[in-house]
Amino acid sequence: MTVLGTLVLWLAFLIGVWGGLAGLVGGWKARPDLQRSARHAVFAMCGALLVAVASLEWALFQHDFNVEYVAAYTSRNLPIFYTWSALYAGQKGSLLFWSTVLTVFGSLALALTPRRHRELLPYVAAVVSIVAAFFVSVMLFGQANPFQRLPYTPLDGNGLNPQLQNPGMVFHPPMLYLGYISITIPYAFAMAALLSKRLDADWLVAIRKWTLLSWLFLSIGICLGMWWAYVELGWGGYWAWDPVENASLLPWLTMTAFLHSVMIQEKRGMLKKWNLALIIGSWLLSIFGTFITRSGVISSVHSFTQSNVGYFFLFFLIVAGTASFALYASRLPLLTAEATLESMVSREASFLFNNLLFIGIAFSVLWGTLFPILSELVQGTKVTVGPPFFNQVNIPLGLALLALTGIGPLIAWRRASLPNLERQFAVPAATGTFAILILLVAGMRDFYALVAIALGAFVLATVVQEFARGARARHRQYGEGWALALGRLLARNRRRYGGYIVHTGMVILFVAFAGMAFKTDTEATLRPGESATIKSPYGWTYTLTHLGVSQYDALNRKVTAATLDVSRDGRRLGILTTEKRQHVDALGRDTFQPSTEVGIRSDLREDLYVVLAGVVNGTEQAVFRFTINPLVWWVWYGGMVLAVGGLIVMWPGGSPAAKRSQAGYSVRLVGEQ
Amino acid sequence: MKPVRRLDGWAVRRTLTRRGFLAAGLGLLTACPPNRLTAQTPDSLPGTGPSGKLWDPSRAGRPLSPVTAADNDAAIQAIEKQIRCTCGCNLDVYTCRTTDFTCGTSPAMHRHVVALAERGQTAQQIIEQFVKENGVAILMAPPKRGFNLAGYFVPSVLIVVAGVILALVLRRWSRAANAARVAPEPFAGVAASPDELERLRRELERLSV
Repeated sequence: MTVLGTLVLWLAFLIGVWGGLAGLVGGWKARPDLQRSARHAVFAMCGALLVAVASLEWALFQHDFNVEYVAAYTSRNLPIFYTWSALYAGQKGSLLFWSTVLTVFGSLALALTPRRHRELLPYVAAVVSIVAAFFVSVMLFGQANPFQRLPYTPLDGNGLNPQLQNPGMVFHPPMLYLGYISITIPYAFAMAALLSKRLDADWLVAIRKWTLLSWLFLSIGICLGMWWAYVELGWGGYWAWDPVENASLLPWLTMTAFLHSVMIQEKRGMLKKWNLALIIGSWLLSIFGTFITRSGVISSVHSFTQSNVGYFFLFFLIVAGTASFALYASRLPLLTAEATLESMVSREASFLFNNLLFIGIAFSVLWGTLFPILSELVQGTKVTVGPPFFNQVNIPLGLALLALTGIGPLIAWRRASLPNLERQFAVPAATGTFAILILLVAGMRDFYALVAIALGAFVLATVVQEFARGARARHRQYGEGWALALGRLLARNRRRYGGYIVHTGMVILFVAFAGMAFKTDTEATLRPGESATIKSPYGWTYTLTHLGVSQYDALNRKVTAATLDVSRDGRRLGILTTEKRQHVDALGRDTFQPSTEVGIRSDLREDLYVVLAGVVNGTEQAVFRFTINPLVWWVWYGGMVLAVGGLIVMWPGGSPAAKRSQAGYSVRLVGEQ
Repeated sequence: MKPVRRLDGWAVRRTLTRRGFLAAGLGLLTACPPNRLTAQTPDSLPGTGPSGKLWDPSRAGRPLSPVTAADNDAAIQAIEKQIRCTCGCNLDVYTCRTTDFTCGTSPAMHRHVVALAERGQTAQQIIEQFVKENGVAILMAPPKRGFNLAGYFVPSVLIVVAGVILALVLRRWSRAANAARVAPEPFAGVAASPDELERLRRELERLSV
């Protein structure tokens, strides 16, 4: 099967090169035969790469340890679930996964895009083919072939890193990959629009769902990554401003900016240059993220093993960036706006400031991520840029963005009048002020937490107000019951009200982030029967009594488990267990360093987070770290609300009137009649 | 006993006679002599006696020392959160020593911090000592001086400058739009007065999506 895998990789590469050439020439010369061939090339490449994936999965499930990748990432006793996910656990497999999913998305885009956009499709096929061929070329020429064989066959493989043996890690990487990869489709349409000079609203309509899909996958991937870091890594947090985390945040920020600014283009025919630049920038940032993860240029806990594939990505990034922006610059005269801004106090203006903040945050994250390299170049010394730096720079920007989340949707398009502003902002502003007063009276003094919660209350009030007004209008006009009116309001204008649900998710996330300002932790050494206490920010006292340590064998690990009895203010809450796990292969040999399994007790207000650090002198006297993390559950809940809102926005259907209003202009090119 | 054929071709017996059962029991007793069953020491019970020894301490990771008051000292923790662990984990010393219990570097750095604090050094002096020993890269955030100021302020300054430029451009656009604006003329065939059109515009503004 590995011979087949390598063969189909070569086949996919050659088809990709052909698809790229055929698409570009076919589009340029308007030759239907080449256009068809380019389209079929993407389908054929997809088929070939699916065969390659099947071959690698076959080798994984057959425990063919003569294949270097299989020996490096699996063992005979690895659960099936994780044997499957080993496909993207390593550099080589993830490159195969990436290129395959790209061609699947490309095929779907070509098959599902309506025929009225057919002039764009040859170029879309060309871009998808070229990008996929690049990824396959990295596998073939960058010593990253997942089918590479060893000169000997080990009895068992190394097994999967214990920290990757978590359900979060099964779903988090593919979700992020899907987000990164699917950005290629809007980018391909943007390039197709530039190449074909069809710069009207058509390409925007064609990519709307793809952009949302990509944003949704990235959002879910980032949230799952946070959850995995929290439950698996044992440091009691979910975001560490690691370069690889930052790399996933960068395209998310630019995509979110695009999703806002594209509304201005759809409604007013403005910001065409800006929107194209955002799409190109988002895609380049996704490739930049891949470069950072795989090159080892910046040290990160997430990085794959350093190898020469980083040079491939750097080269591709430079070539693709130069080509994209050169083409973009050559088409600038065709991208004139249809309308101009009429007032500083308008939704267009607020969205522009919102874009400024999104791009500003993206820039500051990128700046902080690259600053160690810059410092080394300028000062000759490499500095560390960790969470203190990022928090200092980004928290104020994030709060300003949160404020605009509430302000933007309340301001009217084109021009807002004073009565309009009074009517829209009275209740939300009063709610925010009331929230800050309550918090001050309750004794909260952390500045950023206060501002975050007050702004959260303000934004939430704007959302509730919008839903209430819409439902009341339907109730009055159609005599619908309140629940029905609310349901229909959402169903008839999914984009607007789904967007408000996304904003609600963001509010929940910001408030939950503010909760971490009140995190408390302590370490304790306990003999069986001894207790430790920890005070929660809510004033409760947790008492944790060490019950003892047990040791037993599980499927692929040797477990040392410490059990604690937990009570709060004298009321017993239950038992909490935290473990040390020594993973072994099928021959009983230790495979990795012992890892920690955290014990977590969650409720809506706070998490009790217990880590078994180790034992003293080989006895049951154990060292624990106890942490109280307020509002963590709301991070996951906010992520879910965000995802649900995103799904509502992109769900097909909706009222024809709403659709018309969303794609209701047609731009004439300069000089076009 | 009735033989049953298994899929792999081996024959097994589905039922067991009394004689077979006794023979199996005898075999089991021989395999597990009584002294091996009674040799196990009782587990320690909560609150009683010394801690029991673990069967295999190596499974529990690196042996640890009991927690001291300095480990939970907020001032020590605050210092450690500003110093990067040099094991390559990219975490600060406090997070590393309380997360990666296989790391030998962060506990050593922690002991160094505690030793310096016990000698009466202030937090600033301890941090400076680490910088002297390891270079400026030991800090979790670069010190605010020299070129590092660019690290802190370039994003904010650029955003402010871009914001001011954006505001000026928007003001120019809106002035130009206002200057070009003419009084709304009723559409041909639409029987609406300017007042009514203005009211319509206000209503549309109110209902705008």
